[in-house]
Amino acid sequence: MEWQTVIGLEIHAQLATRSKIFSGSATTYGAPPNAQANLVDLAYPGVLPVLNAEAVRMAVKFGLAINARVMRRSVFARKNYFYPDLPKGYQISQYELPIVCGGAVDIVLEDGTDRRIGVTRAHLEEDAGKSLHEGLAGLSGALTGVDLNRAGTPLIEIVSEPQMHSAKEAVAYMKKIHTLVRYLGICDGNMQEGSFRCDANVSLRPRGAEKLGTRAEIKNLNSFRFVEKAINYEVARQIELLESGRQVTQETRLYDADRGETRSMRSKEEANDYRYFPDPDLLPVEIDQPYIDAVTADLPELPDQKAQRFISQHGLSAYDAGVLTAGAELADYYEAVVHELGGHPKVAANAVMGELAGLLNRDGLEIAASRVSARRLAGLLRRVVDNTISGKIAKDVIEAMWEQGQEADSIIQARGLRQITDESAIEAAIDAVMIANPSQLADYRAGKEKLFGFFVGQVMKATGGKANPARLNELLKKKLGG
Amino acid sequence: MTELHTMTVAELAAALRSRQVSSVELARSFLARIERHQADLNAFISITAEAALEQAGKADERLRGGDAGALTGVPIAHKDIFCTAGEKTTCGSRMLANFVSPYDATVVERLRAAGVVMLGKTNMDEFAMGSSNETSYFGPVRNPWDPLRVPGGSSGGSAAAVAARLAPAATATDTGGSIRQPAALCGVTGIKPTYGRVSRYGMVAFASSLDQGGLITQSAQDAALLLAAMAGFDERDSTSVELPVPDYAAGLEQPLKGLKIGLLKEFFDRGLDDEIERHIRAALDVLRAQGAVLKEVSLPNLPLSVPTYYVVAPAECSSNLARFDGVRYGYRCEKPRDLLDLYQRSRGEGFGAEVKRRIMTGTYVLSAGYYDAFYLKAQRVRQLISNDFEHAFHEVDVVIGPTTPTAAFELGAKTSDPVTMYLNDIYTIGANLAGLPAMSVPCGFVQGLPVGMQIIGAHFGEERLLNVAHRYQCETDWHRRAPPGFVA
Repeated sequence: MEWQTVIGLEIHAQLATRSKIFSGSATTYGAPPNAQANLVDLAYPGVLPVLNAEAVRMAVKFGLAINARVMRRSVFARKNYFYPDLPKGYQISQYELPIVCGGAVDIVLEDGTDRRIGVTRAHLEEDAGKSLHEGLAGLSGALTGVDLNRAGTPLIEIVSEPQMHSAKEAVAYMKKIHTLVRYLGICDGNMQEGSFRCDANVSLRPRGAEKLGTRAEIKNLNSFRFVEKAINYEVARQIELLESGRQVTQETRLYDADRGETRSMRSKEEANDYRYFPDPDLLPVEIDQPYIDAVTADLPELPDQKAQRFISQHGLSAYDAGVLTAGAELADYYEAVVHELGGHPKVAANAVMGELAGLLNRDGLEIAASRVSARRLAGLLRRVVDNTISGKIAKDVIEAMWEQGQEADSIIQARGLRQITDESAIEAAIDAVMIANPSQLADYRAGKEKLFGFFVGQVMKATGGKANPARLNELLKKKLGG
Repeated sequence: MTELHTMTVAELAAALRSRQVSSVELARSFLARIERHQADLNAFISITAEAALEQAGKADERLRGGDAGALTGVPIAHKDIFCTAGEKTTCGSRMLANFVSPYDATVVERLRAAGVVMLGKTNMDEFAMGSSNETSYFGPVRNPWDPLRVPGGSSGGSAAAVAARLAPAATATDTGGSIRQPAALCGVTGIKPTYGRVSRYGMVAFASSLDQGGLITQSAQDAALLLAAMAGFDERDSTSVELPVPDYAAGLEQPLKGLKIGLLKEFFDRGLDDEIERHIRAALDVLRAQGAVLKEVSLPNLPLSVPTYYVVAPAECSSNLARFDGVRYGYRCEKPRDLLDLYQRSRGEGFGAEVKRRIMTGTYVLSAGYYDAFYLKAQRVRQLISNDFEHAFHEVDVVIGPTTPTAAFELGAKTSDPVTMYLNDIYTIGANLAGLPAMSVPCGFVQGLPVGMQIIGAHFGEERLLNVAHRYQCETDWHRRAPPGFVA
């Protein structure tokens, strides 16, 4: 049978507020265990939660950015279960009435197809603490420590429709949300620190069927690579089960990155009954139009809008525009180059996505840490545009700029890389090459036109690569022709 | 000067300001009475003598220095549900028997700032769950009017302490009648303010949507003075309401002419003790003589209060008490084998039977498959009861009826049957479900046992409630009578 994969993602994005969602504790990552847990986080008797208004504003921002409905009234609910890193014995979340409902993001697949993925809802909630099985002072033997620094950190949980049909689609969707939350400045997107992670619901159904198959939920995937691998593994596992006449059990699974497989954590029968009910300690969140208007006015240009502008105003391809807008910093860098350069967006785009990206990649740096600033890169490209150097030489120059931290012009100057555009100089070089290679010349003239490249190479070698390629071509053709 | 212990807060405050007595003298005098009667009444869980004398000393300095407020130097007791920094806060439970709070509840903090001196922490039903003070881990409190009888609950210690004149006043909390019922059974004045009037921060939660801090005092006037000091918006409690606090004392004397009193049909139906009804009707005559007019009103959904309450309150408590898990503070079982064992034995050994009963009830009504039939339905009925009250308050200013169906019952009489015990709160629960302010004031005796009249007001109508209660107390002396064994 032919199977269709159906994937829905629940993405957890930590909101970049300074304090926790219901207490005044700081949310800085990496503080010593329990240094950022106050009486509210520790759930002391008598303490009460107070909602952080900034977390609400960030969730609303997200809702507006995905064209969702921002609910006028949303309600916090308690999700009850016992766990040592959950001090109250319940997690405050939103259940029946979330703050954001409906919405969508557009993704572009590698083959260029567009897809729109629906977002069912996004709700505010608090993170739990962490259980430490090692690395806590005084911890020995079989003991487990509890670090409540993360307890109460604000999250938005973004629940997609089950509308993705491959691991690649799921990753593209997750990357899009990742881009979006960073553009909005509501999440630092740091996946290693767990600021951005997801659970994947995966099921299969016979192609053409309406009804969804039984799903497995893979918990806590914190890298794009793991999402892809875990889903692919899970799909293969489920196909094998179904093809051999067995059934998929509804269960929660863990992805083991070391072994590259998913493992059962608990089945539906063992699942908690969370006994959700509205939290009586918190009032419903009421949001009015003026508030929404104010947040709307505060929204930055979003990746899709920016990409559209790059296509229509800069004449970039949809692919290039997509790559350049994948991160706000990258887009800003590119725009700064264009601005400095006074135009030539395609030249700028090629350089940013080509040579610069290569160097960043090689050294494992983010664009913000680039060793060549946008202004300096524009300085280099100016010399390409005005024919001072060729594109090929530019590759060497940018490497030198990267290593030495100098302006393009000083490197061009110091290394004498100015392109030779003077016809007589190029002609002299051609003459010398022709004299030095009489047999090749004869062959060429006898019709072996492939040798043209050989002559270009020889002249370039003689000029140290500085001959203007267009001019060289033109003159060489004329001379070789006799 | 009159015996210090018989004086009201208002009288003591005046004596302090005129330097007839010092705060330290007052504290010593009440501490001595508390010690003397602790064995027979068991009204206190902690007697905080050292802290009391230190606070009293500071109050005396303020009084001498001329920067004293209206309540500076007045001693009171706190129900042991309010967190008090540096002193035990047990909530009447083994679970918190040795718990010392690192912080003060807002109520405690505000009263302390006003110069009020804390004498000790009063006994209570475990986690405020009970109507007789018999569920306390620290043993039952006895009714000063008859030591074989209960003082009511859950604020039984506060009511008994004020009735026996061991403290001029005490803080208390009311989730389903826990201030008013013991006030009625002990012959003292109790006020449960509007939900949101007094901050719940630092008050160990039982049922968050119903809990409200208040007072047990000798008189409405005392309640007015103390409430003004402890009420008001608190940014640490999202359900506290941002409304200015009126000068309650200033409104006490307002004439009652034209006051429209609603007689709740459902309160005078079957089940009410004839003698109690006679006293309530006599009390209404006193108010009518001052110009109040009576009107019968009906709250058709009120009879559903008790079942509604016993779904909502346990549901919230089952979640609120989940934090007592033996992990961070409070009771922890000996040598837990593993995590599950730690949870099960710490909670199994740390909580008493009534608390466990309510946790289980609450867990059940919130469970998948039962939520709609119980919790959601109870919320709908709660709304209907609220609406009934709202309609009634379009027609009348206050609603008056009995506080309890009977006077104080004997210790042990109802412990074997929880439902009979729950029915004790039949008249008081409505105000909690609707979030309304309500008082109980002494209005007579049945066979030597005090009974109370309940006055329920519209939202944030405390000023009017206190005014009605005060005018009634100006014409009667039920509230000035002390139990025979505690006069001297």
